[in-house]
Parts: sequence; C-alpha cells; structure tokens
Amino acid sequence: MQLQVTNSPFTSEQAELINKLLPTLTETQKNWLSGYLAFYRAGEEAAAVAVPEAGAVSVVELEALAAQASAASQGPRDATILFGSQTGNSQRLAGRLADKLKGQGFEVTLSAMNQYKTNNLKKAGYLFVLVSTHGEGDPPDNALTFYEFLHSKRAPKLDGTKFSVLALGDTSYEFFCKTGQDFDARLTELGAERIADRVDCDVDFEDAAAGWIAAVTGVLLAAAAPASAPQAAVIAADSLAAVQGESVYTRANPFMAEVLENLNLNGRGSDRETRHLELSLEGSGLSYEPGDAVGVYPQNDPALVDDIIAFLQWNPEDAVVTGKAGETSSLREALLHHYEITVLTKPLLEKAVAFSGSAKLAELVKPENKDSLRAYVSGRDVLDLLRDFEPWTLGSGDLANVLRKLPPRLYSIASSLNSHPDEVHLTIRKVEYEAHGRERKGVCSVYASERLEPGDKLPIFIQQNPNFKPPVNPDTPVIMVGPGTGVAPFRAFLEDREELGAAGKAWLLYGDRHFVTDFLYQTDWQRMLNDGVLTKLDVAFSRDTEEKVYVQQRMLENGRELYKWLEEGAHVYVCGDEKHMAHDVQAALLDIIGQHGGKSPEGAAAYLTELQEQGRYQRDVY
Amino acid sequence: MAKNHKAEPIGGPPSDVEHLKKESNYLRGSLTDSLSNRITGGLPELDNRLLKFHGSYMQDDRDYRNEREKQKLEPYFQFMLRVVTPGGLSTPAQWLVMDELAEKYGTGSIRLTTRQAFQLHGVLKWNLKKTIQEINTALLTTLAACGDVSRNVMCNPNPYQSEIHSEVYYWSQQLTTHLAPKTPAYHEIWLDGEKVVDSLEQNGGTVEVEPIYGPVYLPRKFKIGIAVPPSNDVDVYSQDLGFIAIVEDGKLAGFNVTVGGGMGMTHGDTATYPQLAKLIGFVTPDRILDVAEKTVTIQRDYGNRSIRKNARFKYTIDRHGLDWFVDELHDRLGWELAPAREFTFEHTGDRYGWIKGKDGRWNLTLYVESGRIADTEGYPLKTALREIAKMHTGDFRLTANQNLMIANVTSQKKSKIVALLKGYGIAEGTQYSALRRSALSCVALPTCGLAMAEAERYLPTLIEKLEPILEEAGLRDEEINIRMTGCPNGCARPALGEIAFIGKSPGKYNMYMGAGFSGDRLSKLYRENIGEDEIIDTLKPIIDRYAAERDSGEHFGDFVVRTGYVQVVTDGTNFHA
Repeated sequence: MQLQVTNSPFTSEQAELINKLLPTLTETQKNWLSGYLAFYRAGEEAAAVAVPEAGAVSVVELEALAAQASAASQGPRDATILFGSQTGNSQRLAGRLADKLKGQGFEVTLSAMNQYKTNNLKKAGYLFVLVSTHGEGDPPDNALTFYEFLHSKRAPKLDGTKFSVLALGDTSYEFFCKTGQDFDARLTELGAERIADRVDCDVDFEDAAAGWIAAVTGVLLAAAAPASAPQAAVIAADSLAAVQGESVYTRANPFMAEVLENLNLNGRGSDRETRHLELSLEGSGLSYEPGDAVGVYPQNDPALVDDIIAFLQWNPEDAVVTGKAGETSSLREALLHHYEITVLTKPLLEKAVAFSGSAKLAELVKPENKDSLRAYVSGRDVLDLLRDFEPWTLGSGDLANVLRKLPPRLYSIASSLNSHPDEVHLTIRKVEYEAHGRERKGVCSVYASERLEPGDKLPIFIQQNPNFKPPVNPDTPVIMVGPGTGVAPFRAFLEDREELGAAGKAWLLYGDRHFVTDFLYQTDWQRMLNDGVLTKLDVAFSRDTEEKVYVQQRMLENGRELYKWLEEGAHVYVCGDEKHMAHDVQAALLDIIGQHGGKSPEGAAAYLTELQEQGRYQRDVY
Repeated sequence: MAKNHKAEPIGGPPSDVEHLKKESNYLRGSLTDSLSNRITGGLPELDNRLLKFHGSYMQDDRDYRNEREKQKLEPYFQFMLRVVTPGGLSTPAQWLVMDELAEKYGTGSIRLTTRQAFQLHGVLKWNLKKTIQEINTALLTTLAACGDVSRNVMCNPNPYQSEIHSEVYYWSQQLTTHLAPKTPAYHEIWLDGEKVVDSLEQNGGTVEVEPIYGPVYLPRKFKIGIAVPPSNDVDVYSQDLGFIAIVEDGKLAGFNVTVGGGMGMTHGDTATYPQLAKLIGFVTPDRILDVAEKTVTIQRDYGNRSIRKNARFKYTIDRHGLDWFVDELHDRLGWELAPAREFTFEHTGDRYGWIKGKDGRWNLTLYVESGRIADTEGYPLKTALREIAKMHTGDFRLTANQNLMIANVTSQKKSKIVALLKGYGIAEGTQYSALRRSALSCVALPTCGLAMAEAERYLPTLIEKLEPILEEAGLRDEEINIRMTGCPNGCARPALGEIAFIGKSPGKYNMYMGAGFSGDRLSKLYRENIGEDEIIDTLKPIIDRYAAERDSGEHFGDFVVRTGYVQVVTDGTNFHA
C-alpha cells in the first residue's frame, strides 16, 4: 500500500520519503522501526533525547531510551502477561517481558494461560499474549483451555483492556501463527484495545520478538507513571545469557559441542535409523534439566547446495552476507550453514517473484491461488523452485532477501546431567523420503547420520522447557508415554530419578515398529526394571503382528491400573508424534478416566483438564 | 536271578539343573509367564533349560551380538525348534507344513539334523506358540526333541530292504512314543484349549505323572538308534542305546542290543570322552520296548546327577562296568537277553540316486549340503521339494547323514519327480566328489550358543580346497567320512569321522583321524588348534601317501592307523591316551 497525502496524515514530501524507505525494509527492520517509533514518542514526551541513527540503534539502546522516558510518565502500573508455550520459547519471551516491566516497577502477573484465573481477566488493565501455533493451527497444550474459554460465550467483555499479541510460528506451515492471530482478533472482538500491532514470528524469532517486546514496553512506559526502579536494571535484564543460565552460550551464540559418540540405535535389518548422539558440554557452562531440549544448528546437504550453485551457474566462492551485522562468507558456506534450502514458504515465493521471469510463478503467488501455492510448496525445496520457474535474474547477493535463515532443530534431551556430567545425549531419527521424483533428506537427521563423526563439533544451545518437567516431589508416581524417539526425555527423567534415588513409581509405555530392531534403549530399560528405577514397562510393536498394536492399546489394556495411578497422584507425560499418537493417547486417557472413574465424557474431559492445569498432564509433542 | 555286581549310585550334591527339574512341577516352571514377557525376546536361564524338554533352545544370532550390545539392544534372541520325526519319516503334507513354517516364522530354511529331525531356526519368542501349535496340528511334535529325556529315535531309512523298513520304522515310532514324557505341561503351555486331564487327578492321585522318568527325568539326554546292516548310517555305536536289526530269511528276527555310546566331551577335560557302545545281546522285536524302558530306568537311578559333564549313560556304564549293567538289566527285566547274532556293517554313508526297493517302489536319496533345505542362488532346492511334496504320494525320510530320501515312489510318479528336479536343476549328489557326499557338519555359528568355531558355514569351503588334492591323487570317488563340529559336544559325531575337526576358537580346530569307515572305531587327536592353511598342509601328504600306499579296499581311517599317523583307539577310555 502506497502512502498518499489523501490516505495519511503526511505531507507529500514525508509520504514520498516513507514510501521510498518502507519497501526496502526487512521484516526485522520494520519491527524495529515500529518499536523505535514508540520509544521515540515516549522519549519526546519525557524529555528531549538524542535520536540515534535508525540503522544503528539496538534494542538495548531503545530500552534505555524507554527507561528514561518512563521516569516522567503517568498511568496504571500493572500488566498481565499470558503465555501459551509448547517448547518453552513463548514462555521464555514472556519471562523476558515480565522482567523488563518489573524492572520498571510494574506489577506483573505472569502466567501460563491454563494456570490463569479467568475471572481476573476483566480486571487486567494491560494484557500481553505470547503464544505459539502447532500442527494444523492448534494452540499449545497449556493454552488450550484459555483459548476455548476466550472463544466461548462465557468470555467477558473487555472494553477497558489494552492488549498486544506476540505470535510464534513457522511459515512453512499452512496455518502460520494462527493461534496468535485468533487471540488478536478475538480480543478485539471482545472490545479490547490493541496498543501495539501483533508481530508474527517465523522460526528465526529472536529479532522480531525483541522488537515486539521493545514496542510494547515503550507504549506501556509512555502511558505509565514514573518508575521507582533504577534504569540500569532494564539494560541488565536484557542479557540473553541471564535468561538461559550462567553460560555465555545461547541460541544466538551456540556452543561448539564435540561429538563423543554417534551410533545407530536400530539393529541390523531395521528399515529405520535412529542416531544416539553423545555430546560434550565440557567448558561450556551449559546445564539442563530433564525435559529440556537441545537446539542444533545443522549443515545442509552439500550435494543439494552444489546442485543449487551449479544450476544457477554461480561461483561458490562469491562472498555473500550472512549476518545482520553484515558478516560475510562464501556462497557455498552460506548455503551450507546459514540459509534454509529444503523448505519453501509462501513469503519465500513472494520474494522470489521479483527475480523470476516466470509468469507461472507470478500467477502462483496471487492471493486467489493460495491453495495451489500451498500444494506446490509441500514437499518441495529451493532446487525445485529454481528448476520450475526459470529464467532467474537472481544474484548471489539477493540470497539474504529471499531465503529464510536456517533454523535450529530442537531435540528433547535423552540424558540426565546428574548421571552424565558434562554430557548431553540426543535421539535423532533419520528422515528420508521420496517426493516429486527426488529423494528428500531431513536436514539435521541426515547430517547426524551421514556426516557427523565422533570428534566433530556441533553448534548447539540449551532450550529450556519448563512445561515438561518431572514432578518436584520424587515420591510422585510418573506415567510416561513415549513411542519412537518420544522416549528420549524419559531416559533423562529416569536417569535423573535413579541418581536422586526417587522413590515414586515409574511406568513407561513405549512402541515402535519391530521388537527385534527398533526397541530404542532396550537394555537401559531392562536394567532400570531390574534395579527398580522403572516399576512397569509396557511395549507395543506395530509391525510384528498381523494386527497393528500401539501404545494406546497397552494403556487401555492396563486401564484400571492406570486410573489407580492417576488417583494416587501420578503425573502423565506424553512425548512424540503429535498428529496421530498424541491424539490417540489422549483419547485413550479420556476412555480410561471415563470407564474406570465412572465419569461421563464431559466429566472425563474435566478430569483431564484439571490434570493439565495442575501440571500433571504434560506433553512434548511435535 | 543272582546279582553278581552290586553298585551304589554315585551320589553327590545334585546339580542346579536337577534342582530346577525338581522345582519345575513336571516341566512347567514359569514358562508361561516368561513367554508372555514383552520386554525381552529371551527367557531366563531356568526357563530356557526347561524349554529344551519342549523341543526348543533359546539362541541368539552371534553375528549380531557385539554390535547390538553397543546399540543398547539385547542379543538377537531367537529360538531353535526341533521336530521329532522317528526314523526321519514325514508325509508330504507334513513336509509342506514345515516348509511353510520356515518361511512364516523361521529364517526361511529348514535344517535336517544328524539325528533325522527337522530344525527351524530364528523363531521369535512371540511366534513360538503359534509355530508349535501348527506343528502339532500336522500331527508332529516337538516334545522331548531336546532335554534330559529319550530323544528322537533314529532308524535306517533302508532303501534296499524296503520290506522290513516299515517294521523297523514302526519300532522306532513305538520307542519314541513309549519313552516320551507324559507330563501334561506341554499341552497346557503350547496347545491351550486342548488341555489334557491331569493323570494324577484322573487316577485319584495314585498314578505317577511320569511313570518311567519320575519328577527329575534323566540325568542327561538319552539317544536311541536302530541300524539295519550292512548300513551303519545311524552310527549305532554312538547311541546310548542301539538296536541292530537282524534279518533272517528276509524277515526281521529281532535286534542286537548295544549300550553306552556317546560323542560329547569337553576340551581339556580327560574325564570326558567319546565312547562306543558295547554289544550285549539279542532281543525279539516284541521285547525291545521293555529293554529300552528298563535301560532308561537304570540310567535314571544310577546316572551322575551331580556333575552334568559326566552324566551321560556311557559314564554310568564305564563307572560300574558292563557286567553290572547287564545284570541290573536282567534283574529289572526278569529275563535275560539272548546271545548277540551275526551281522556285518560296511559303511555309514548314504547311497545317492534312485534305488528300486524289493516292493517295486522307488527311493531317491538326494544329497543335501549340511542338511540345509533352502533356496540359494541358482539352486532352488526348497522350492523344488515343495513342488514335489505337492504331488508326492509316498513319504519323505531324513537320513542320519543330513540327506533326504524321497521314498516310496511309483514308477509313474518317479518320472514326474525326475522332471521336476531337472526343471529346477537339482542334483542327486552323485556328481559331487565322494568327500563332499560323505561330509557331516553341525549348525554351529551363528545360532548355536556352544559353538567355538564355524562348522556348517565353513566345511563346504574347506572341502572345496581339499577336492583338488584328492582329484590329483586320483581319489575323487573314494569315500572318506569327513566331519566338522563347532564344539566338542559332537552333534555331527566327529569322533566317528575318518577325518574330523572339532572347533576350538574362531578359525581353529583340533584335527582327528582314524575312525572306522563303518562307525566301529573312534578317531584320535592328530593336530591341535590348527587353521585352514595348516589343515591343508597337514592333510596333503597323508592323502598323497594314502593314494600311493593303501591296500586294496583299505579305507582312509584304517590306513592312517596302520601307517602310524595315529594310534588305534580301542575304547573311549583311551581316547585321550
């Protein structure tokens, strides 16, 4: 949309400048700018402050400005921050926002959505929603009940509420950031006032999220009363390291972990391959707890990279920009390590149009063809795109404007730091399949299985997951459902319980295809059963019998006992495939609660919801 | 009858296995629970011991053992199932069931054993029950195929004297059935729904569950075989109890009885040794069940239950003397054996090809390398036999030399079978060198837990290297019994091989020579712990000399004894001397 004198409050000179500037901005720059404007305004109101060059300003500096501004502001001083988080990213960002506002002397209510007392909602003056989207546009587990409440008839009018939404998602999914968008629309519908635009973050969310946090902080401070807290606290609170613990190694600054062991857990003859990686954390200062994940920055398939370069007849040694501070590397290095080339997204195609002479592509990105576009991007990669929509005017220097940054892959940790000091173990299943006439390879899993040797270094960071934690009380029984690689965190749970001498009962349900070859960590479980660390182990192997058997069948077979454990206060953990397994397991749980607890379907659902709200039903599904 | 030789059982604290048997409640143990445990594909040691009585051993694929341990996977546990076929006889319908079960639950192949039984390998725990049920549905059983009981009774498949084969075969069946365990445990565990009423309940608790064995069964396995001279294919002297058919005027007069043979020994333990059975007399057919039963009960009462390595019947007899045994047997029988009758053994090997019996029916003996029925590249033996089984109206007989006889064939069917074999390119065996045709090997690696070296997988390779030497020496058609086992337990009866190898460690064997061609003399250790190169270097000059200096009709085993390569072994007790 072009700004004109007629549709904006700007003069023609201003509009021209803005129109000239805006199309050149990246998403990140736009976010920064919106936050910056908020601060700028706040700063103007508070005092005359120096305006730095827009390109050079950092988030930290913006916040410093905001802090100064807040000293002179007036207004309400309480904020409610609600998050819905599956892997912990939203929660972490919510914590960061909370710290920031507390540092400014705000009264902050920080809560997972399902922990929040909804009758307080009407009283919340400022409401900030940070939420991710999963699978087919689904809210995360701990957002579900709140999401349903807010979209129901029971939702209160929120006329006096001011809000803003940060949505996390992945543009390679059809329903990108849908949950956040739903909240944004619904809050408006309920009468609340949006005080800062929703920001939709892709997998590389850090910069965009920081921009949003800066923006809402700015708005709040601008409207609020003078702060009592010292300014310095604000700046200090922004250190990413402070959020993640003592280590200096973070998502933005990953640790180069040495590979100590890399073996295939699937026996000879299996049609699957699952790598068990043991990585050294020595010297990193990194620590983790059971339930946490490791983010791995993988390397793209060199063969695919070379094919792309050859196709475009580029020089692999061309220098290209890879970092926001203008760092460069060779084109080949950039494609190997910095850019995503195996996934196509709608934004990517929209950007690519400018460099393609193909009328077909121009047609495909038209809004009315969104279904065709979605069908096209499914299962295709950058090489397909290049081949399908010639001719190209793309230069290697344009990569940064077209491609998404290579996102890290998250893997649930399969070890306990207590039993393996200075080590972290991962369980990675190799993904390979055929699509559109070519063999497709999972970026990280194939890297791990084909090109990663002991002695190599792997860039990693720890991703805390506060929503998947063993019970605090070691006497509490645990039921763990983890078929396939979903069993990984339970190795961590059980190893930890073993080290701590936890007395509570532990029940593991595991499944895969074949007993002989696919029983991941079989001898570990056998030992734990013998030693009493594991009380009960039920397994289901789907391809060993004529009729396929899955973990949920084993749950149902043991329904009476499972319900008894629940009544004894057991926590239930589910990890693994979301699409089928997690749904079937949940259905089995509801069945069992209904049947053995003598409850109606509604009663069973309420029982399970209560478990979830008490943190006794936690899932780590993907 | 006066007892001249009194003896006390050896006594000593019973071994662990004896306790286990006692506590097993007639072979039940905790098998049912262990079989339904889904966390492991194996069984606890105690239940595995019991499982043997049910005809199965737990094994693991040893080729996979080390890598799986690293992969945090338990060993590749699998089960060998042995099917009792007295005299090696099965119907075409039964053949087809075994053929199908091997595909469905096993590794795809069937192993014909040196004791004329079928073996399936690679059966997973969860499939054991189904497999055993289908075997029983085909009127076969696995009960007592292994364990401390009387095993599958062997019997010469007898192509020449077809008129007495059915009679001899009948007695092998009778012996097998008579000495089978009577416990209902087998039916309870495997054939549920067909529960047999407990004999104790049925008889008001007055009748023994196991009238012959009692609650602890035998101290060790017990092997019975029936030979029909001039063939000693069953190696009758290697049997705990042997019967030698005496045919007079074309009729079965009865059997000479031999006792106390056995092959097994332990490396480095001279208190263990192979032994040949001794001839003790003659019985008429109607009395052989009585003789077998009483012999078994003597071993039951006098066998060593303290040390399993010395528990075989041969040691019981050597300990107390043959005279003691004969007295004890007569005592228990209440009558005496007649003096042994004349007979002559000429060989132990099989006669390959088509042979017409006296009843006008045809029998084809087919060479089967290492007894392995499988489809291999260019040699679809298993498929060919399946097709034959579909149209065959006679029977199949597994031979004691791991070969297969397609027996009782009419002239009309014969031409069809010939055409089928030709179509699949299956050879009778006559085209192979005589050495290859006379070879025996046990299964050994990768499935046998006892194996210290290869046998089945390696012997054909070794023979391939020996064949040019024999060819050059002009001995291509000279039968020399060559045998190889992966351990000294002796499943391929190596102590009766003219040339024999017993595994010591991977690639290394003890080499023995000098056994009698007709199975009447034990071999002797000649070289210890040697590998392939040394085996060939050692054998070549002996073979060359044998070709040059042998007497007319002199067999290799006799030659190496005469020329002093090895000392003659006159009795198992001087095997190690």
